[in-house]
Amino acid sequence: MIPLIERELVDKKKWISQDEMCDIISISQAFPGAIAVNSAILIGRKLGGYAGALFALLGVILPSFLIILIVARLFIYISNVSVVIAALKAVSSAVVALLIFAVVRIWKTGIKDKISPVITVAALLLLLGTGIHPIYVVIMGILFGLIYYCFRIIRIRKKLK
Amino acid sequence: MIYPELLLVFFKIGLFSFGGGYGMIPLIEREIITRGWLTGQEFVNIISISEMTPGPIAINTATFIGYRIGGIPGAILATLGVVIPSLILILGIYIFLSKYQQRQIIKDTIYGIRPVVLALIMQAVIFVAVNTYFKEGTGIRDLLNINTGSHFLEIIDPVAIAITVVSLLVLFLTKIHPIVVILAAGTIGVILHFIGIL
Repeated sequence: MIPLIERELVDKKKWISQDEMCDIISISQAFPGAIAVNSAILIGRKLGGYAGALFALLGVILPSFLIILIVARLFIYISNVSVVIAALKAVSSAVVALLIFAVVRIWKTGIKDKISPVITVAALLLLLGTGIHPIYVVIMGILFGLIYYCFRIIRIRKKLK
Repeated sequence: MIYPELLLVFFKIGLFSFGGGYGMIPLIEREIITRGWLTGQEFVNIISISEMTPGPIAINTATFIGYRIGGIPGAILATLGVVIPSLILILGIYIFLSKYQQRQIIKDTIYGIRPVVLALIMQAVIFVAVNTYFKEGTGIRDLLNINTGSHFLEIIDPVAIAITVVSLLVLFLTKIHPIVVILAAGTIGVILHFIGIL
């Protein structure tokens, strides 16, 4: 969806610059929730204040919302049809591949230090081994980021002295 | 009344899901399936349908699950629940920070969150795989019983694994867009069904 937003708002309408768009994408990734939703809120607010944010949010969720309502309604009638079951099984097999692909892509582009892989493995072992609620693992990730931030500040201060 | 709980559950999911829809799967799994609102199989179907329809996966799954559990009001509440945290955090906190604070916060939360999101997506891989590869009424436990009577093919669906392998090859070796892979897989599923394989 991001390339679509870029083409529409940066290239065609020229409402925001390429630099602003880059900032908006990285901010959207740092906040919880869908990236497209976060970008819509940020762009909407930039262009039209709070009302702009609300309208952009509505605009980005309404099409999905309506399409899914129709699909969910139809699905009640066809969920037991054998050909539908077969098609969904094939699609979910492909979804497994998509998820693995996402893991490899994030690993390659986003994990560049030596501590992150250790956290990933530790988090996975916690999730699978102890059955801990995923929320706690996410909180641990945030805390780790904050601790790392504090250490970095301390190190910078020492260097300055 | 299921509605307040539905709103609250999706608010929680929206608040703690980072890195887009995939990292959200284990969270939804824990919140929805342990409540008995959906089975694992139903949730995997919803993920598959969300992949085939336009729009963010997070919104699609929230709307779908909300509708299944509470009809149209349920769909509205679940969808609102999942976006309200974004709205509050971005409009309520983020825009009041200075440019410098904004940069630091982004850098450091992403730094801490990314390895965790990776682990969550790995867990999602296992969840979707288990609910796809195992034949109805079997699970990981049955794998351990293979030596004591049951046969591998009675438990695992080799066609599903083959589709995953082919999709992986296409994704890694070509530049074909994931949505094309998904739609092609669905079509192949239909064809395989009519020749009697799937």
